[in-house]
Amino acid sequence: MITKRIIPCLDVKDGRVVKGVNFQCLNDVDSPVELAKYYSENGADELVFYDITASAEGRKLFTDILTQVASSVFIPLTVGGGINTLDDFDRVLKCGADKVSVNSGAIRDPDLVRQAAQRYGDQCVVLSADVKRVDGGFRVFAKGGREDTGMEAIAWIRRCVDMGAGEVVVNSIDTDGVKGGFDIELLDAVCAAVSVPVIASGGAGSIADFVELFRALPKVDAGLAASIFHFGEVTIPDLKNELDKNGILVRK
Amino acid sequence: MVAIVDYGVGNLFSLKSSFARVGAEVTVTGDPAVLHAADRIVLPGVGAFGDAAAKLRATGLDKTIIDEAHRGKPLLGICLGMQLLFDRSFEYGEHRGLGLVPGNVRPISEVIPADLKIPHIGWNALTLTPHRDKNCIFRDNKNGDHVYFVHSYYAADCAESVTAVTEYGAKLTAAVQNGNVYGTQFHPEKSGPVGLTILKSFCEVTP
Repeated sequence: MITKRIIPCLDVKDGRVVKGVNFQCLNDVDSPVELAKYYSENGADELVFYDITASAEGRKLFTDILTQVASSVFIPLTVGGGINTLDDFDRVLKCGADKVSVNSGAIRDPDLVRQAAQRYGDQCVVLSADVKRVDGGFRVFAKGGREDTGMEAIAWIRRCVDMGAGEVVVNSIDTDGVKGGFDIELLDAVCAAVSVPVIASGGAGSIADFVELFRALPKVDAGLAASIFHFGEVTIPDLKNELDKNGILVRK
Repeated sequence: MVAIVDYGVGNLFSLKSSFARVGAEVTVTGDPAVLHAADRIVLPGVGAFGDAAAKLRATGLDKTIIDEAHRGKPLLGICLGMQLLFDRSFEYGEHRGLGLVPGNVRPISEVIPADLKIPHIGWNALTLTPHRDKNCIFRDNKNGDHVYFVHSYYAADCAESVTAVTEYGAKLTAAVQNGNVYGTQFHPEKSGPVGLTILKSFCEVTP
């Protein structure tokens, strides 16, 4: 049967990984290429790169890096950040991305999801949704979680899946950075609403949080995290061993 | 030299890089003369079967690939490229394939339980068929090796050609071989060291 995926996420700005990386084994700790190789060799099932650069030069640097990563790391690569048009899809796919993640770009123009799915296939289009509780409901936020769109999150996610999003990354703003565990309640609601793979993001603070995630929600396909991997608080081999011990299928 | 067939379907950057990584001289081409001169041919593919088959025919590359395979040149179809090797597909209607491996391509929804997600996306384990000769692309692999899948259709009616299956609510065809014609439903170029081993073995099969 299919295994649960463990996905480190790298935020890249001006060609460097941000969010503070603390690896003693790497010479160049904030090199996206070095870090990608390290994770791949240590059992990451997939990598997500978010381009958080605003400038045009930074964007060019990002695609150069993506090309280097894709020529040295042979696991699936998902790329997001600044994806607003089909040309943006084209730009990153040509550099070796396998999937493209859309967030604010889809909120601005929901038809982007449909058009991209039609041109590149559903499997290529990942909806990334930043979700936060407001007045007892789940709301979608835009612009890196800074702006309340007023849209109900579950309906938004379902709408994007209907238009062709082949996977959904659900990032809980409420649990993000708290390191107290994934947002089980939110993820449960998303899993009940869609039949495509769901990737949990936001809140992982320990190995136990991943065990809890996949035990509580067998329908969740993957767990994504950044800082706990970057800081070496959790290593992927240890994480996978523990999941395996708990009867959760992983690739080893 | 390994020639990857470029017929306007999908992004071939990773595939090319993965062959370079295993030490192969590799080129991406839509030129029949280059395919003719190559030692091995790789047929990639993403998207819908009907569109891809139409593009292969429109470029005339279908004939080149069939001719080269009939001459005994090793040919590897990957993902949709594997499905194109078969007689026909039932993805949105009925479409004719290259007819290099006997069998049909059918929706996995016909054989897996309704509660499993489609597409079948992610890392799944291979079960290899017991007999592996020196020309098998799984020469250096073992049962339980994980590879990366993304597909909604599978190869059926091809029991004699199956060299590996994977379990997803049913036993789905993961790889086939018919003489010098090979196919993998999964993406070896996205399957880490296990996938690179498979590509290396393909580069070493003797025509």
